[in-house]
Amino acid sequence: MLKKLKEKFVEIDGDLRLEERSNEIYGVTAVFETPDSVIEAAKKVEDYGYAKWDVNTPFPIHGMDDAMKLKPTKLGYATFTFGTIGALSALAMIAYMSGFDYKNIIGGKPFFALPPSIPITFELTILLAALFTIIFTLVVFNKLPKINHPLMETEYMRRVSSEAFGIFISAEDKKFNPDEVIGMLKSLGSNSVNLVYKFATDEDKIKTPIFKPAFLGILAGTAVLTAIITYVVLNYAIYTVPFDWMTNQPKLNPQKMSTLFADGFGMRTPVEGTVARGFKPYESYGKPDSLIRIISNPMPFTKEVFELGKKKYDTYCSPCHGNYGKGDSRLNGQFPNPPTLHSDKVRNWKDANIYHIIVNGQNIMPSYAKQINENERWAIVHYIRALQRSQNALDSDIPVDGNKK
Amino acid sequence: MKKLPGKFGTIAALLLVAGVVLIALGFFADKQRAFFNYIIMYSFIVSIAVGSLGIVALEFMTDAQWSTPFRRISEFLSFGIPFLLLLAIPIVFGIHDLYHWSHKEAVEADPILQGKAPYLDEGFFIIRLFAMIVLWLIFYILIIRNSEKQDETKDYKLLTRNVKISIGFAPVLMISLTITAIDLIMSLEPHWFSTIFGVYYFAGSAVAALSAMVFLSVSLKENGYLASELTDKQFHSMSTLLFGMNVFWAYIAFSQFLLIWYADIPEETFWLEHRMHGSWGVVSLALLFIHFVIPFLILLPGRMKENRLTLKTMAIWLLFAHFLDLYWLVMPNLNKESAFFSWNEIGSLLFIAGFFMLVFKFKADRTNLTPIGDPKIEQAIGLHLHPDISID
Repeated sequence: MLKKLKEKFVEIDGDLRLEERSNEIYGVTAVFETPDSVIEAAKKVEDYGYAKWDVNTPFPIHGMDDAMKLKPTKLGYATFTFGTIGALSALAMIAYMSGFDYKNIIGGKPFFALPPSIPITFELTILLAALFTIIFTLVVFNKLPKINHPLMETEYMRRVSSEAFGIFISAEDKKFNPDEVIGMLKSLGSNSVNLVYKFATDEDKIKTPIFKPAFLGILAGTAVLTAIITYVVLNYAIYTVPFDWMTNQPKLNPQKMSTLFADGFGMRTPVEGTVARGFKPYESYGKPDSLIRIISNPMPFTKEVFELGKKKYDTYCSPCHGNYGKGDSRLNGQFPNPPTLHSDKVRNWKDANIYHIIVNGQNIMPSYAKQINENERWAIVHYIRALQRSQNALDSDIPVDGNKK
Repeated sequence: MKKLPGKFGTIAALLLVAGVVLIALGFFADKQRAFFNYIIMYSFIVSIAVGSLGIVALEFMTDAQWSTPFRRISEFLSFGIPFLLLLAIPIVFGIHDLYHWSHKEAVEADPILQGKAPYLDEGFFIIRLFAMIVLWLIFYILIIRNSEKQDETKDYKLLTRNVKISIGFAPVLMISLTITAIDLIMSLEPHWFSTIFGVYYFAGSAVAALSAMVFLSVSLKENGYLASELTDKQFHSMSTLLFGMNVFWAYIAFSQFLLIWYADIPEETFWLEHRMHGSWGVVSLALLFIHFVIPFLILLPGRMKENRLTLKTMAIWLLFAHFLDLYWLVMPNLNKESAFFSWNEIGSLLFIAGFFMLVFKFKADRTNLTPIGDPKIEQAIGLHLHPDISID
């Protein structure tokens, strides 16, 4: 592939070089060293009466027009024409677009008004005047797309493009006589006078690279591809929904209305009588003391149970009942103090009574059913029993061996 | 070096005297109107005198060769700067007739004017008026002294020194002309403001100063006062600059108009409103055509830029256009209803012409019309200019 491409380019390159020349003379070139010497030489050449000749310099030289007796350029008329076309077409475009095709009220201004059109008119005047003058000049005078010229690829052109100043006299001139011209140019002070020959093949028959099928194919392909991409982008791509990184999901959000159900709630109320998995309802929930079904404490007397009971008691019960259940609240009288847990009444209660009060509450005490689960309640009951016994210990509770506890 | 004929000075003196007489009569006839005319005249003289110094500085800054043979003409015109110190004095006495903001009772009843009071203050106004002249005078003395000294010493260093001074002068020129424009002209209508106003006045001044230079150059060349080697090419460059500056004026004027027209804010539009209707509307349209459209079309073809008769005509034309421009800026503040023009306005025109002719004559009798000591002059007068030769 690469090799093929390389061959193609080398082939084109070969065409560009056009090194083969015929024996037919195209003209004579002469190189001068300074701008002054070339101006003087140009004056002399003009005096000799040559008509088809030119001066090549790396930069414009003031006074050359006078030396060559050139007429003032008419390019200005072309530029003026293109500029006028630009101005008029800009005005016509704006008048049509804003006055007829797409009427849009902007700040209460007339649909078409002169003041806002002037900047665009100005820009188009400059654009067309500059652009078309260049294109016009390139096509008419440089004969684009022809990109070769017998003066190309010569030592003369290489020098006058960079550091020297040259005069070229064409063989088409009526007065042209090679020996005479060479002699004259040498006498004018040029130390480098050369003959230039025409191309071996007729200039007009040489195919310029831009007419090669490969180049035209690439050009057409690019145009079609650009058109397709533009069409797809403008008609489809810009209307697709952009990826939002999953920030927008059809789910229930907390504290937000849900549009899924008519009542706006995301959660559904369970069917009546539904029991959650692993949850055992308390039968006497919400019922008065008298209806307590006496059940015994199912929790074993283990150290872990007592520690659980102490932890939960300290968290939930002690703020009001006090650390030792004496009814000495830590709340410093902000709430009425509850009675002591060491009264005879409480000590004679069944475990189920205490359990019942933890679940249902009593007097000012609210229900703790939501904060404390079933096992923890029973553990608290054990702990309260331990507290009661600690405050009303019997002699028999004291171990015989004083060291034992 | 040929001297200017004595007749020139006589005509100038007559014009000046006629101008002074008419202006004085104007003060007796209608004091307020005379002061408004005086503002036009003073702004015009600043335009030419300071603008000419700007052109001289521009040549030094850009290291231009083509304009060196004509530099003295602008230098002579900028000799008007010292006289500004005298010419500014009547404005001090006319503040109350000219400026609404100078009336204390008007400011007290007007919150907008109260906000602008720190700047639009009588004392500060007078300080600025003279401070600007002193600034111009300093740079005038610095630049022109070096330039004239070079005629004798032919010292190369004077050129490089002037380049540095000119670079320093550039921002001073821009800011001082902006302040002058805002103080003298824009504050005639103290409620109105335009941020581009300084540039607008500067662009008009550049056109006027260049026109004066072009007119005098062509006239002097025709009468054989300038080097005979000068060709159409130099006049072509000169008129291209004039043409470009005139387009720049139109660009700035249009920028100011377009933004006000587009935004349509009452605090800005009222200034243009009465200028766009009735007889002031005719003056506005005339300004557009006289200052821009007609000179643009006439000076557009390359050959017209070299035609000396066209150049002379257009230079005088553009000087009148600048006068019309200032008239259009100043006079609607006196009478918003309708335009007016009579002998009262002519006095300042005569004075301006006589003043600059006398200034020019005075300097031309004492100084070379061509800066013969400038190292650039040889290349400038030569038939063709080589881009590879530069001075640094």
